Amino acid sequence: MWITRDEFRDIATKGIWKQNTSLVQILGLCPLLAVTTNLVNGVMLSLATLLVMALSNFAVSSLRHFIPYEIRIPVFILIAAALVTVVDLLMNAYLHGLYVVLGIFIPLIITNCIVLARIEAFAAKNPPVQAASDGAMMGVGMLWTLALIGALREILGSGTLFSGIDLVIPGAQPLQLLPADYPGLLLAILPPGAFIVLGCIIAVKNWIDARQAERALKQANPLIAGGCQ
Amino acid sequence: MPANPAIPLTDQLCDVIVSSETPNTLTQSPYLVQPVSVTRIMLKVLLALLPGIAIYTWLFGPGILVQLLLATTTAVIAEAVFLRLRNRPLQPALSDLSAVVTAWLIALSFPPLGPWWLIVLGSAFAIIVAKHLYGGLGQNPFNPAMVAYALCIVSFPAIMSQWPHPLSAGGLSPTDQITAIFLPERIDAWAGATPLDHLKTTLRLATGNDNLTVQNILRDHTIYGVGGGNGWEWVTLAWLIGGLWLVQQKVITWHIPMALIAGMGSIALGFWIVDPLHYANPLFHILGGATLLGAFFIATDPVSGATTPRGKLIFAAAIGVLAYLIRVFGAFPDGIAFAVLILNMCVPLIDMYTQPPIFGEKSRGSNA
Repeated sequence: MWITRDEFRDIATKGIWKQNTSLVQILGLCPLLAVTTNLVNGVMLSLATLLVMALSNFAVSSLRHFIPYEIRIPVFILIAAALVTVVDLLMNAYLHGLYVVLGIFIPLIITNCIVLARIEAFAAKNPPVQAASDGAMMGVGMLWTLALIGALREILGSGTLFSGIDLVIPGAQPLQLLPADYPGLLLAILPPGAFIVLGCIIAVKNWIDARQAERALKQANPLIAGGCQ
Repeated sequence: MPANPAIPLTDQLCDVIVSSETPNTLTQSPYLVQPVSVTRIMLKVLLALLPGIAIYTWLFGPGILVQLLLATTTAVIAEAVFLRLRNRPLQPALSDLSAVVTAWLIALSFPPLGPWWLIVLGSAFAIIVAKHLYGGLGQNPFNPAMVAYALCIVSFPAIMSQWPHPLSAGGLSPTDQITAIFLPERIDAWAGATPLDHLKTTLRLATGNDNLTVQNILRDHTIYGVGGGNGWEWVTLAWLIGGLWLVQQKVITWHIPMALIAGMGSIALGFWIVDPLHYANPLFHILGGATLLGAFFIATDPVSGATTPRGKLIFAAAIGVLAYLIRVFGAFPDGIAFAVLILNMCVPLIDMYTQPPIFGEKSRGSNA
């Protein structure tokens, strides 16, 4: 019933790196384009999604033996939608300022294909603890990617970092990284900027993977690798 | 090298510069047709731009020369760095001059007294993102120079809309121009809108005012000249001369320039006939803004433009019409860049439907 160390490590590397939702599966681009105009928005939306994914994976996995196979998709959606409503109401109550900024994208978490994809591909076939870890780790993968995209777009676009942090931590001030007269590259804030930044991050990830594969090949068989050069 | 009457002077000039292609013994006929190389084409494009640049410098001061230098340096460095990163040989791609053509077109479409970082950013973005990320010369679906223009007009609309007056009409002195480029905070007001932009905003403010017709605005403000902007009409005429020389040299065909001018001219004519008080005449639109530079030098990019003869006509006429609509009804000072980028997207479709029939085939329909 419990989860072993190796199992968890496998789930974590898949969620954070190998099957990263934004960089490998390229899922959930709509919130990615719309809310990663700064770091705080990206992080907070990812946290909300992470919570929904972990909870819904857990719930579906616990109920997986009782859900009729033929109508599983509507049932999955209902379960996830109930949890999204919970998160939506919680944010409205405790982080109202941020709730207003993120707006429609909180309820829209339910339409995010990542949520349903993980339920269908993982939670419906695995025990609850594994399913919950999978949801959480996929969320962490999304979290760091959206945080990185948000941070890059914010620095390029307005020269600040953590703007809007006072909506989460009252009284906190954003950092002014670039000089105050920095004109701001508006393109980075606009949706094309998100595509370009995402493309560059995917390229860097593929480059790191290719280098690792090359190194592994060399270690496994130094003769072949040497001959190839 | 001895002057050879059988070869046009400009080709000999190209040979001097592209010395690697020149055979050592070039004396007697019959001559073989020399292979057309990328370097030769690019060199001719650069030569064709020279008269325009000379008039530009003469009328508006040396700022443009500084911008050309900045753009060229940035583009060549960016090209070299990215060729290196992509493990490509440096020499062939650097000496084909395509990066220099891109850089010159960027410098010529940007405001000549913009701050130095603007042109550096634009040139680097054009070479790195619009050219090398798509696979280098011959692979880019979008015109790199226009991508740079679009990036900067979208990101910095205020700076990109400030154009200088000619030297004769209160423009900045040469030393002040250099200061404006490198230390923009030292110079206060020096620039205004382009004639196209000014006409548009003045007409928008004029709703209900019967005195503010196009004719009166053109007469009352010194930024307008004989046929377009004051001073700019001579620069655009020089683009026309350089462009016609390119057509004569068979570097470009007549299709794109003619269709672009015809497209812009006919839609401008339509609006002008219906309401001459509020729409400028076709000549103003053809000589104003970047129409002629775009028609002969930008839309004719062989990589990102249409390739079939009929396709070229459709491609360029659509650019003309779209550019008119954007510059007259849109928010940006000129529409050539966006029109070219949008039509770049349509090129695969246009080329697919305008394939000329193979020799002997009657028509596509009867064969299918």
